[in-house]
Amino acid sequence: MRLKLVPQGTSVDFFRHWKTTFGGSVVAMVLSIVAFAVMGLNFGIDFRGGTSIRTEAQAPVDIGEYRAAIMPLGFGDVAITEVFDPAFGTDRHVAMVRIQAQEGTEAITTEQISAVRDALQGLDPTLTFAAVDSVGPKVSGELIQSAIISVVLALAAVLFYIWLRFEWQFSVGAVAALVHDIVLTIGIFSVLQIRFDLAIIAALLTIVGYSLNDTVVVFDRVRENLIKYKKRPLKEVLTLSINETLSRTVMTSVTTLLALLALFILGGDVIRGFVFAMIWGVIVGTYSSVFVASAVLLRLGVKRDWSKNSGDTAGTQFGVKES
Amino acid sequence: MLQIPMWKRVLIWSICALALLFAIPNLFYDRVERHNDAVAMIEAGQGDAAMQDARAAWPFFLPSFLVNLGLDLRGGAHLLAEVRVSEVYADRIDGMWPSVRDRLRDDRDVVGAVRRIPSDDPGELRVRITNTDAIDEAASFVRELAQPTQSISGFSQARDLEVRVEGEDIVVTLSEAERVATDERTMRLSLEIIRRRVDEAGTREPTIQRQGSDRILIQVPGIGSAEELKELIGTTARLTFHPVVNVTSNPDQVPEPRQVIYPSIDEPGSYYILEQTPVVTGEQLVDAQPGMDQNNRPAVNFRFNPAGGRAFGIYTAENIGNPFAIVLDGEVISAPVIQSHIPGGSGIITGRFTVEETSQLAVLLRAGALPAEMDFLEERTVGPELGQDSIDAGRIAAMVAMVAVLGFMLASYGIFGIIANIALLLNISMIFALLSLIGATLTLPGIAGIVLTIGMAVDATVLIFERIREEMRTAKGPARAIELGYDKALSAILDANITTFITALILFAMGSGPVRGFAITLGLGILTSVFTALMVTRLMMVIYFERRRPKTLAI
Repeated sequence: MRLKLVPQGTSVDFFRHWKTTFGGSVVAMVLSIVAFAVMGLNFGIDFRGGTSIRTEAQAPVDIGEYRAAIMPLGFGDVAITEVFDPAFGTDRHVAMVRIQAQEGTEAITTEQISAVRDALQGLDPTLTFAAVDSVGPKVSGELIQSAIISVVLALAAVLFYIWLRFEWQFSVGAVAALVHDIVLTIGIFSVLQIRFDLAIIAALLTIVGYSLNDTVVVFDRVRENLIKYKKRPLKEVLTLSINETLSRTVMTSVTTLLALLALFILGGDVIRGFVFAMIWGVIVGTYSSVFVASAVLLRLGVKRDWSKNSGDTAGTQFGVKES
Repeated sequence: MLQIPMWKRVLIWSICALALLFAIPNLFYDRVERHNDAVAMIEAGQGDAAMQDARAAWPFFLPSFLVNLGLDLRGGAHLLAEVRVSEVYADRIDGMWPSVRDRLRDDRDVVGAVRRIPSDDPGELRVRITNTDAIDEAASFVRELAQPTQSISGFSQARDLEVRVEGEDIVVTLSEAERVATDERTMRLSLEIIRRRVDEAGTREPTIQRQGSDRILIQVPGIGSAEELKELIGTTARLTFHPVVNVTSNPDQVPEPRQVIYPSIDEPGSYYILEQTPVVTGEQLVDAQPGMDQNNRPAVNFRFNPAGGRAFGIYTAENIGNPFAIVLDGEVISAPVIQSHIPGGSGIITGRFTVEETSQLAVLLRAGALPAEMDFLEERTVGPELGQDSIDAGRIAAMVAMVAVLGFMLASYGIFGIIANIALLLNISMIFALLSLIGATLTLPGIAGIVLTIGMAVDATVLIFERIREEMRTAKGPARAIELGYDKALSAILDANITTFITALILFAMGSGPVRGFAITLGLGILTSVFTALMVTRLMMVIYFERRRPKTLAI
C-alpha cells in the first residue's frame, strides 16, 4: 500500500477564501514590520561588532555571578545567556558571553580576552573557552552592507529570470511571495529574539531559493494549462494547476522538512537558529507560493493569447481582469 | 520510445562510478589524512618507518582527495587583518631626506643652505632653502631624483616622487602611481612574511589569502586560539640600526627634531636618544643565526644584502668609537661601540640574551619584518572539541535525515522509490566527490546545505514521478507515460533549479565565511541533483521497463 499524503485528483478551491488568506498574509507582514520596528533584531556580533565567547564548564552556569565577575573589567554592555541542548550531559554547561565593541579598537585585544578568562575561571576553574569570535565595527558594517546587497541582488536576478521565462505578472507574483517570506522570517526572528547573524542571511537566501522553487513549479503548470485551456477563466486554471501540483508540493515540503527537523533536533545548538530559519522558510514558502504568488497573479491577470503575437500592441498587455 | 543509446548508458554509469570512487576517501577520513600527510613528508625527504606505515594504510591506486574541513568543524583560528599600507609612505619619504639633502648640497651655490622642516603629515618631506629665489630651480633638482614607478608589470611612465613648491617650502610626496605600487609591494611582502611565520609554526594547510586592496585573511586549522596566531604573526620584528646621540635616565626628555627616544631593553631606567632615520633596516637583512660572541655569550649573527652591507660599511668606517644602537620594535637591544670598520655586511648583535632568546630573535629576524603594522578586524577561534562535537552532531543528523527521507520515498513510490533513493545516494556521493576534487571547504552551514539538498534533491524526481502518475491516468500505456513524464517535467525542473542556482551563485559571490560554504554545497547539490534526476533515474526506469515490460506502472 502506497503512502499518499495527497489523494489523487484533488479539487480544493484555494481562492474561495482568498480575501482571508491574502488579508492574513498582509496582516502578518504588517505585524512583522511592527515587531521589527519596535523590538528590532537580536543582531549577533557579525553585524553589531563586538566579541562573543562560548564558555563550557562543569559547574552550572550562574548568569548573575558571571556578570558580577565580568562587569568590573569595564567593557560596558555585557550580555550573558545560557545555552541548552538535549545533547549536553549533566556536567556540561554552556554559556554565551557577548561583549559590545570597544571604542577605538578594531577587535578585542588579547589582554581583554585573557582578563575575561581569568575572571570567569575564578568562579569555576574547569571553565574553558570553546569558541571566541571578535568582529570589529568596520567589518560588521561591511557585513551588513554586503548581506543587504546580496539579498537584493538575488531578488533582482530571480525577478529578471522569471520575467524572461514567463510574463511580467508572474515575476511580480513570485517576488511578492519572496518579499512575504523574507518579511515574515525577519518578523519571527524579531518576535522570538533569535540571534541574527551571517548564517541567517544564508538561510534567508535559501528561503528565497526554496520559495521560488515552489512558485516556479506552480507557475510552470499554470503556463502550460493556460495554453491547454484557452477559454477557461484564469481563476479556474490557477486552481486546477495548484491542485495538479499539490501532491508534488506536499511531497517535497515533507522530505525537506524531515531532513531539516533531523538537523534541528540532532544538529547541535550551534546551527539551531540557522536551521530554524530554514524550517520556517519552507513552511512559509510553501504557503506563499499558493496563497500569495498565485493570488497576486490572479489579481493582475495575465496575457492569455500565447499562440500568436498580437501585432497591434507592442510588448506585454493586460488581460481581462477576472474574479 | 524508451531508448537510450549504449554510449550514453556507459557514460552515465561511468560518471556514477567515478563519483563513488572519489567520494570513498571521505569515509576513511583519518586514515586518508594521515596517508596524505605521510606522502607529503616523505616527498619532503623526512620519511621514517611510521611515515611509511601511514602511507601504506591507504592504497596508492585509490584517489586520496578529501573534503577540506572548515575551522568550525576542525577547530582553529581565523583572523582578518588590515595592513596599514600608508605607514610605508612615511618610511619611504623619510628615507628620501639624505638623498634630497645631498642632491641640493651639490648645488649649494645656487640654493644656499638646506634645512628640513617638520611636517604635520608624515607622508611628506618639507625642505626649505635660504636662497628662496632659486626655489623653482631647487625643486627641479629634487625632481631629478624621481625614478620610474616600478609595478608588477614592470616600469611605467609614471615617476615615483611628486615635488611641488608650497610657499617657501619644497614638498616631496609619493606620486599616486607610486602609492599604488607601494601598496601592492607592501601587501605582497606582508603575505609572504605571514606565510613564512605560519609555516615556521608547522601547522597544516593554513589559508593565507589577500582580500580586497589591503586585507589579509588567515585561517589556521588546529591552532589553539586566535591570540596565539596573532602572537605568531603580529610581532613586527622591525629591526633598525641608529646612530646614538645621547643616553639619559629621564624618559620624559624631549628629543630634538629628527631624533627619537627609545628605552633600553635590558637596562631598566636607561633611555637612548637616537637619530630618527636609521642607517640600515631589517629589510636589508638576508640572514640571521643564533651564535656566540667572543666572550662566549649568546648572540645573533646577521648578514645584510649588498646595499645594506655597503651602508653599514660606510657608516662604521666613519664612526669608529661611537655607539651604534640596534633597535627592535622601538626598544634598544644593545648599543655596542663600533670597534672598527665592518665591511662585507655581516655583524653580530650582542646583549644580555639567553640561548632561547637568541634563537627566537634569529627566527623573527629571518622571517623578516612586516613592512607595516596590522589591525585585526575580525578574529574567530573554534576549540577543537567544539569542532568535533559539531561534526558528530552533523553526521548523526545527516544520517537520520537520510534514513527518514529514504523511508518516506520508499513508502510513497514503492519500487520507484528505490530508484529515487539510489539516485539520491549517488547524488550525495557526487557532492562529496566534487567537494573533494575542487578542494572546497566543508563548513557547518555547508552540512546544513547538504541536508537541505537531501530534501530538495528528491524534488526533481518527485516532479517526474508525479507527472508520470498523471500521464498514466490518461492511459496511453506505461512507456508513453514515462516518456511524457520526463518531457513535461523538464521545464519545471530547469526553471526551479536555475532560479535556486542563481541565488547560490550570488551567495557565493557576495558571501564570506559561513555563507560561502553553504553556497558551495547548495550550488553543487543543484547541479548533481539535476543530473541524477534527469539522467540516472531515467536510465534506471528504462532498464526496469526493458526487463519487466509492465502493462501498468505501480507508481
